[in-house]
Formats: sequence, structure tokens, C-alpha cells
Amino acid sequence: MSDTHSNTVAYVRDSMLPEATPPLTEVGAIRWLRENLFSGVLNIILTVLGISSVIWIVLHIGPWFLNAVWNAESLAECRQILDGATGACFGVIKDRWHQLIFGFYPPSAYWRPTLAFVLMLVALAPILFAGAPRKLFWFSAIYPALAFWLLWGGTIWFPIIAMAGFAVGYLAYRVTLPLSTLAATIVGVLATILWWLYLTGPISNMLSGALPIGIMPIRSDSFGGFMVSTVIGVTGIALSLPIGIVLALGRQSDMFLIKTVSVGFIEFIRGVPLITLLFTASLLLNYFLPPGTNFDIILRVIIMVTLFASAYMAEVIRGGLAALPRGQYEAADALGLDYWKAQRLIIMPQALKISIPGIVNTFIGLFKDTTLVVFIGILDPIGLSNAIRADSDWNGIYWELFGFIGLCFFIFCFGMSRYSQYLERKLKTDHR
Amino acid sequence: MKKTVFVGTLAAAAAIAGTASAAKLDDVKARGELNCGVSTGVNGFSAPDSAGEWQGFDVAVCRAVAAAVLSDPKKVKFVTTTGQTRFTALASGEIDVLARNTTWTFSRDVDLKFTFAGVNYYDGQGFMVNKALGVSSAKELDGATVCIQTGTTTELNLADYFKVNNMSYEPVPIETNAEAQQQYLAGACDVYTTDASGLAATRATFADPENHILLPEIISKEPLGPLVAHGDDQWSEIVMWTLNALIAAEELGVTSANLEELAKGTENPEINRLLGNEGDLGPMFGLDNEWAKRAIMAGGNYGEIFAATIGESTPIGLARGLNAQWTQGGLLYSPPFR
Repeated sequence: MSDTHSNTVAYVRDSMLPEATPPLTEVGAIRWLRENLFSGVLNIILTVLGISSVIWIVLHIGPWFLNAVWNAESLAECRQILDGATGACFGVIKDRWHQLIFGFYPPSAYWRPTLAFVLMLVALAPILFAGAPRKLFWFSAIYPALAFWLLWGGTIWFPIIAMAGFAVGYLAYRVTLPLSTLAATIVGVLATILWWLYLTGPISNMLSGALPIGIMPIRSDSFGGFMVSTVIGVTGIALSLPIGIVLALGRQSDMFLIKTVSVGFIEFIRGVPLITLLFTASLLLNYFLPPGTNFDIILRVIIMVTLFASAYMAEVIRGGLAALPRGQYEAADALGLDYWKAQRLIIMPQALKISIPGIVNTFIGLFKDTTLVVFIGILDPIGLSNAIRADSDWNGIYWELFGFIGLCFFIFCFGMSRYSQYLERKLKTDHR
Repeated sequence: MKKTVFVGTLAAAAAIAGTASAAKLDDVKARGELNCGVSTGVNGFSAPDSAGEWQGFDVAVCRAVAAAVLSDPKKVKFVTTTGQTRFTALASGEIDVLARNTTWTFSRDVDLKFTFAGVNYYDGQGFMVNKALGVSSAKELDGATVCIQTGTTTELNLADYFKVNNMSYEPVPIETNAEAQQQYLAGACDVYTTDASGLAATRATFADPENHILLPEIISKEPLGPLVAHGDDQWSEIVMWTLNALIAAEELGVTSANLEELAKGTENPEINRLLGNEGDLGPMFGLDNEWAKRAIMAGGNYGEIFAATIGESTPIGLARGLNAQWTQGGLLYSPPFR
């Protein structure tokens, strides 16, 4: 240091001072604490209050988790192990794990819903992530039939012939396309529906008689637990988006009949609580269907839940359509695109992007609403928690089951939420 | 007015449904499976065990009927019903029998058009209090807060009882038994009232059952039993006499252990008639002669079922009380098999 200033004049400094460490209160954790937690009187009070409530909660819930008993066959055994201390009895989740996940599904067939779930993730990959191989779309297309076959079992011909209905519809569409687009669409849809109504049953029966390939059929009254929630939730989610888009477009249509039907449907379904629709599915339909008809209860619930979610979805998407500037529609017209091309290439990509938060909101709500089926006697996780408590071994257990169920639902819903945020970031093209 | 028309339509639809499937027995046989409505879970009466098999006192009735009709106690499809869906499920024919600890009342029998096939458990509404409250009789409960399930007969019974005894109470409405347990243990109410069997089962699950007592007063009659829809007497008789067979078997000393022995023929003509060695009782309602034997084999006689599901050796620990045979001072009294 001695010659640093040897040649300098007294009034000007031309060399740097060595860096001094910043004041202790302006660095690292202390600065962060000062700025974020203790920056004013009010904030100090709030911080102290917040921290003390966190400590209070941890002190009260901590021992409950720390003392948790995992290996017990009954609540009495848990209490014996705990010997008076507070503690969770997670033995119930270990004991009833399979029941909570699969309900009453035969244990020898647990691989089927598991496989269906794993394949669902595969089928979702090309839809959710642009990086996935495009050829996987083919798998996504056949997945619904595959999942149906895996879960319900029976002959493999039924789902195959049912899927063939789409091919039949497409064929009819192509054949009549030269006449008019509208007529071709109608003929295509009609052909598919007629195929399903009148030909699918006989043909699949005939084929399964000739070539019996199939797995053990399992009726939906064996379904339960998270399997039911997932089946209802995922089907409802997958179907409500396309139906919602059609309804939203229908509501904006200039054609009187389509507009009226769409508005009537949306307003009626939205005006009725979901629980009413579920009761209708479970109780009223029984009166109106001919006696002895065995219309699968899970299927009835799926239909009702889908209709319910579609009505909400339609309004969410209509919000996205309304947010698009009029210029976008006019630009599409100016390019000479027809209605469907304009929707597919210009309008929908933008409208759906705007609606992502609302769409995911509806999805999450729908998934959580599946627990309402407990009121019509379907043993979803909530219903099973009641049934498990009715066993003498576990009567009196409460928080452990609800905590577990809540955690599982949180994981699903949080996953959806994070994905929607990822999607929003990815699709962000503006310069805000 | 509109509602009346609507309900009338429903009733008409139900009536059509009833007549269209007049021979329930044939339906069940053709289906090869008994659709039995049970609760979504009542301790001791119906609950799935960890293997997913339904167990319990009400479930045993379903299994006995299935054994009598279909020769296999396993051929039961258990349809879970809630308090709201149970009667519609039965009226619409979705289930053949409802065994869901349902109280036999006038209006359910007459107005809802069901036939009760007897009583398999005589229950009554009781009270549970914490010992620390220092109450030994329900008459001392003036001003108490009471946890009570909404929309049940217990709610009405409670109001009646306090009115008759000129007392007041503050209801704490709850939805399920599990919720009631939590509320009661948390001290949200002084008293929990429901069927005495439910109270005993609930008390047995407490960490400190010795600190809670059931008051001696039983304030209502709750005869619980299986029921079927009106309009098919053959079917209701099958269910009724299957239940009677279980009760008579206990009275006559027929158990699952000595059943095979007794079925070979005994000195007692009534046992012989019950087990099908004498007379032709079974064919009178469309079954074979061994129907009762199979029903008893399914889970034992009434006493054995009681002991295995809700009796004193189980955690629920109910005494026979009113549900003892008439020869033991109880109310169980099967008409003769003749």
C-alpha cells in the first residue's frame, strides 16, 4: 500500500480504493430479512404473528406426524403402540391401500387399471408436449377403446368394432363430400351413430363367437377409490373440451336452430346443480328406462359429469372467442378461408390460448367434483373412507384418511395447474 | 300441483315397473345373482373388509337369501345405497332386497309401498354422554347440546322426547356418524344420540371408552329389517321365511356345526320340515326343499350371525337384549314351519 499514493496529488484520487465489504445489514440473509420481513412496524408485527402461528401449527401437528404408526392392523393396535401419545395411524392407508386405489376390483386384475393409467400418460404425451413423437397421436386416438377394454374387460371385438365406427363415418364423409360439405358432415355423423346403435353389438357378438379373444369382464360396481375418480375425471375432461368448443361455436352461430339448442343446453345445465344431475342419473333414469335395463351407473355418471363440464367449458371458450379482436375474424375472411378453416387455423388457436386459465380451472373443478358421486352410493375415495370406518378395525379413524385423500387430489390438481402455467409461458407470443 | 303430477308419474312408472317384472324370483334366478341394497358402511351391519368382501349383520341376510334362492351365498351383487337413494333403488327394481338397517314405519310400509320381511334387529334410540357431565338419566339433560344426524327419524324422536318431558335442548346438526364422533369428542356437544347399536359401536372406538356412558333410557322403537317392493308376494315371502328360518334354526338348536348331522333326519318333525326332510315347504314358494338348509349354512343361524358380527365377542359388543329368542325373554319369534 505504501507506493499506491506516492505520486498522486493531494486533491484528486486516480486509483481505486480497495473494495470494502458492504455493511452487514445490506447483504445476504440479513438484508433479505430486513427488506422482506421487517421493513416497517406493521410488517414486523405481521411477521411475528405469522412466524408464531407457523410455529404453533408445527408444534401441534409435528408430533402427530412424527409419531405416525405405519404398521398396525387396527386402530386399537395403533393406540396400543402409541401408548397415549398423539400420533397419526397411517396403518389404515397401508391396510386399505389397494381398496383406496382400486375399490373392489379383483386383485388378480390390478395390472389392468395400472396399465391403463400408464398408457394414459403415454397417450397424453403427444397432446401435452410438442417434443413428443408425432406418431404417438395414433396411439392417443386408439387409447379410449384400449382403456375401456382394459378396465371393463370382455371381448376385444367390441371396442374394435366401436372404433371402426369412426372409420365408417369418415368413409361416408369422403363418399358424399363432392355433394356438399354440410351434407357430408351430417351423413358422416349419422353413419357413425347408426353403426354404433345397430351394428356394433351384433358384429362384435358374431366376431367374439367366431374368434373369442378377451379378458375377464369386470362390471363397474367393482370400481371404486381413486380409480373411479380418475375414470370419471379424465373422461369428463377429455370429452368436455371438444363438446364445449362445439357448444361455444354453436352459441355464436348465425343459424337459429343451432344457436337456440346451444344456448338452451348451456343455460339449462349451468342452472342445475351437479348433484341434481347425479341424482337424476342414479334415480330418475331407473324409472324411465324399461325394467331390467342394466345401464351402467358409472357410464351414467360420466355422461352427466361430461354434460355439466361441457356447459361450463362452452362459456369459458366463448370468453376466449369474445376476447379476440374483430380484425382476426375479418383477416381470416379476407384470406378466403372457409368457416372451419378459419376456426381451425386462426380463431381457435388464439381463443383457446386466451382461455387456458379458465379451461384448467374447469378441469380442476370437474376433477374435484367427482367426489360428489358419494351421494349416490358410488364408493369413490370419500365414500370408501366411510366404508373403511364402518369396519370395526378402523372405526374412529378420521384425519388420516381425509389427509391422504386430500393429498392425492392436491397432487393431481397441482399438476394440472403447473402444466397450464407451462403451457401459457410456452404459447406466449406477445411482448408484454 | 305440478309436483303432485310429477310424483304421480313416477309412481305410475314404478307401478308399471312393478307389474312388468312380477315374478322377481324368476328374474333373480335368470340373472343368477341377487341384487342386494346395503349401506355405504355401518359398523357391524355392512362394511367391506380389507379384502373387499362385504361383512356384517345386514349382509348376512343378503347372503342367506342368495343361498336359499341361488344355492350360493356368494352370488350377491351388493349395491351401495345412501339414505337418499335406498328407497328409489328398491322401488325402481334396481335392487331386489334392501337390507340397510331401515326402520319399519307405517309410512314406509304403506305410503312408499314396501313390504317389510320381518325384523332382524330391534333397535332403539339412546344417548351417550361423557361421564364428567355427571348425568345418569336422560331426564337430566335439560338445556344440553345434542349432536344429531339430520333428516333421520332420530331427529324427530328427540324433539318428541324433549317436548314430552318439558325440556329444552340445542341441536348440533351433523351429517354422518364419523362427523358426530369428532364433534362429540371435541366437545361440540354434551350428548350424542342415535340408535343404541350405533352408540355402542361408536363408544367402542374411543380411546377412552370407560369415560363415556350410555344412558339407560331408550326413547324410541327402531325395528330394523330387510324390505322388498310391493307387488310380489312370492318374493316377499321368500325373504321373510329365509329370515324366519335363521331365527327358527336358533330356537331349534340348528347350527352351522350340526346342520349336516341334523339334515340326515331327526326325531323333531319341525327340524325335519325346516331342513326339508319332511313335507314340501320349499316348492310351495318356488324353491326346492333344501332352501332353508342352504340359508342356514351361509352364515349359521341367527344367533351365530349375531355373535359373529355385532355380538359381545366383537368390538361392538352388543348384548342380545330384545333380540334374544322369545324363550329367552326377547322378541324373536318365528312362526312355525308347518
